[in-house]
Amino acid sequence: MSTPAVIEAGSTGGRRSRARRASEGTPAVVRPGRLSIGIVTLWLSLIVLLPLAAVVAKSLDDGVGAFWTAVSGRQAVAALRFTLIVSLIVTAINALAGTLIAWVLVRDEFRGKRAINALIDLPFALPTIVAGITLLALYGNSSPLGIDVAYTQVAVAFALLFVTLPFVVRSVQPVLLELDREMEEAATSLGASGWTTFRRIVLPNLVPAILGGCALAFARAVGEFGSVVLISGNIPFQTQVASVFVYKQLEGDAPVSAAAVSVVLLLLSLAVLLGIRGLARLGARHER
Amino acid sequence: MSAERTTRYGLRTLALAYLGALLFVPVGLVLYRTFQPGIVEVWASITTPAAVHAFQLTMMVTLIAVPLNTVLGILAALVIVRGRFRGKAFLDMLIDLPFAISPIVVGLSLIFVYGRTGWFGSALANAGIQIIFSWPGIVLATIFVTLPFVVREVAPVLREVGTEQEQAAATLGASSWQTFRRVTLPAIRWGVAYGVVLSTARAIGEFGAVSVVSGHIAGQTETLTLLVEQRFQNFNIAGAYAASALLAVIALGTLLAMTLIKPRKEHA
Amino acid sequence: MHRRPAPRTLALLLLSSLALVASGCGGASDSTTGAAASTSGTTKLALVAYSTPQVVYDEVVPAFQRTSAGRSVGVTTSFGASGEQSRAVEAGLPADVVSFSIEPDIQRLVKDGIVSSDWSSAPYHGLVNTSLVTFVVRKGNPKGIHTWSDLLKPGVQVLTPNPFTSGSAKWNLLAAYGQASNAGKDPQAGLAYVKELLTKHVKVQDKSAREALQDFTSGNGDVLLSYESEAITAQKKGEKVDYVTPADTIRIDIPIAVTKTSKNAAAAQALVDYALTPPAQQVFADWGYRPVNPTVLKANAARFPDPSGLFTVDDLGGWTTLNADLFDVTNGSVAKIEEQAGVATAK
Repeated sequence: MSTPAVIEAGSTGGRRSRARRASEGTPAVVRPGRLSIGIVTLWLSLIVLLPLAAVVAKSLDDGVGAFWTAVSGRQAVAALRFTLIVSLIVTAINALAGTLIAWVLVRDEFRGKRAINALIDLPFALPTIVAGITLLALYGNSSPLGIDVAYTQVAVAFALLFVTLPFVVRSVQPVLLELDREMEEAATSLGASGWTTFRRIVLPNLVPAILGGCALAFARAVGEFGSVVLISGNIPFQTQVASVFVYKQLEGDAPVSAAAVSVVLLLLSLAVLLGIRGLARLGARHER
Repeated sequence: MSAERTTRYGLRTLALAYLGALLFVPVGLVLYRTFQPGIVEVWASITTPAAVHAFQLTMMVTLIAVPLNTVLGILAALVIVRGRFRGKAFLDMLIDLPFAISPIVVGLSLIFVYGRTGWFGSALANAGIQIIFSWPGIVLATIFVTLPFVVREVAPVLREVGTEQEQAAATLGASSWQTFRRVTLPAIRWGVAYGVVLSTARAIGEFGAVSVVSGHIAGQTETLTLLVEQRFQNFNIAGAYAASALLAVIALGTLLAMTLIKPRKEHA
Repeated sequence: MHRRPAPRTLALLLLSSLALVASGCGGASDSTTGAAASTSGTTKLALVAYSTPQVVYDEVVPAFQRTSAGRSVGVTTSFGASGEQSRAVEAGLPADVVSFSIEPDIQRLVKDGIVSSDWSSAPYHGLVNTSLVTFVVRKGNPKGIHTWSDLLKPGVQVLTPNPFTSGSAKWNLLAAYGQASNAGKDPQAGLAYVKELLTKHVKVQDKSAREALQDFTSGNGDVLLSYESEAITAQKKGEKVDYVTPADTIRIDIPIAVTKTSKNAAAAQALVDYALTPPAQQVFADWGYRPVNPTVLKANAARFPDPSGLFTVDDLGGWTTLNADLFDVTNGSVAKIEEQAGVATAK
């Protein structure tokens, strides 16, 4: 939306003319050349693709039949389904809460704001076992707050909300900081309400960032392990998440089925990520 | 205007309440439990030889992984936002995947590739290079789990700022590199900064993947998070909390450093 | 724009100085324990073990290095979950001496040719210590838990880790199975007990023994099934728990072995030999582990009373059979019990 919109508004030729200019080597804008594309491809292949390929290869070690058996077991299906659903819920909550927090941190002014801003990343830095113990102490059966969600599916969502908190906040924040406020001021001066201005002017600009943050939060939620296992009680068929199920297969000397379940988890995540990307594209088109 | 005010306070309250339950109270509890035994004890438990070594290793791994991911992450963001080539969508997708895998499997996949019986196992052994159960393995695992951050922070900002200013710079005769350094980089600085902060936080806090490839060798391949786990295992909860607090301090320090880098707020 | 480099340089300086400070502290002993202070020794050994006995080896290894056999030997240590450690050695983690919480973790390395197949013909059948499965209860034993049948009383909540992720949980369930099956003679009855225990009294299944204990001390459950050694170590470390040893229980066997791949086999053997000497065995006893050395065991008999109905894993049919029959992750009896229970409760 914004990139093409901004440029294409000025140059009637639009995308094609820009592409031509780039290929002619005019340094009009910073555009990645073949070398950069090569470097990035190589980097991603080495760091991400190679290990992932190893997992896929391992999952097929015993043939397609074994793969299917591993991923269609009742417990596997239950764990996969629960993980997927809880991750989606957590992602949705993150989209709302994260945007709200980013908004408050950028646009609101109050005492202690900087300190709060500094704390946002801590859920990443705290080792998962400590996060687990802390959450259990706070929201378990001896909760000083009177909230006992331990060993329920809500507890899993809670732990996941904790570890995914920074994603949307941190991806929306920089965009909000760079956002041109003139448009908003214009809208307000034309009599638009705060909400209308936000919905019509600000939100469309934030959508890619929100969805980007959501994609990360979703992916992390799907793969999370350490912080969840203590407070969830790891009850099979109820609160057992897929990554614990995978761990179980590994411990049971079944690395092939562990790899198989991981691959399915990966494919499911991929589908959701594609869906999120589709939403972003849809939003962009709608905008235009 | 009072309606606007009400909205503002309402939003603020809502955001703070959410953060309160999910962030302030848990983090507060960690801090409380850390300092409950007394500051002297905390200092003692983060200055044991094991803790100092774990701190060094964590810093070393972070200082390799994060800069690499930052430079290549900015490049990757440029490639996926502005590049036009076949397979771009595939690259784009690849970037989020490191998160969707259970950390344990991340570690395992590295063993499949570089371990004794892995794809490159015998070649590496012949060359006398040990990757798994040594620091290079920890670095690889850390790069893997922190790979998406910078890309995903920078890409939306890059889209948002557009190319108008760069075109203006180019018109004025600036070279590509000059334009990048003088126009693009300042524009995406917030994205880069938060990307670095998140990468650092995740790099120092990662447990699962690192645990698998580390081998837990005391004084050699034990990072701070592994030390936390090991202290927990040995009923040294206070020590575990103290080491966690140290991790929190590193994360806060990174954020502070990033704020120092970009003090100017006026832009566009 | 021209002022930009200054603050950036500042921040970089800050970061790098932090790194320098960090590396400046180097040179200190690299062990958690002080044990491996002498990695400078001419001979180097790597000890890879499961997590709980770290407290013991933290004392035994330095003591070994004070003996004539251990004087010039540097020892690095690695502790972690038993299965993970075993798989790490399989995947290439250098190890001269290994010790795991269950025999299958040694067998994995035998299969791989890393540990000799006759490891159990060593003194004391290749064991370094034993322990028992006990009931950890709250101070004063308010629920009056003394026997296995007390665990099945209505409303009693039992904690045991998940048997598929924790070696300790396997011992717990073997004890439950053994006592109900008349030491393996009546498998049906044994499995019936395990089923009732797991489906009606065990709700939560933590990942590891240590996490289960954390769960217990944070207020959950009435009884925690655990090693006697874990219970004693926990008490020594100030956790407010009591433990009860049931009359019928299983003897937990902890193997130790020198690897075939060791480049310093003689020194490795010397370390293992030292771990079996009376002074080292006494350290095990101090932390609640039952010594294999009979003299030391006798000297500590007051702390380690013999339960009347003690049985061993061999009485039940041996690890290889049991691991396949009960704990196979898809076809084992325990997996089936879990599966049925799950299907019943799942919506």
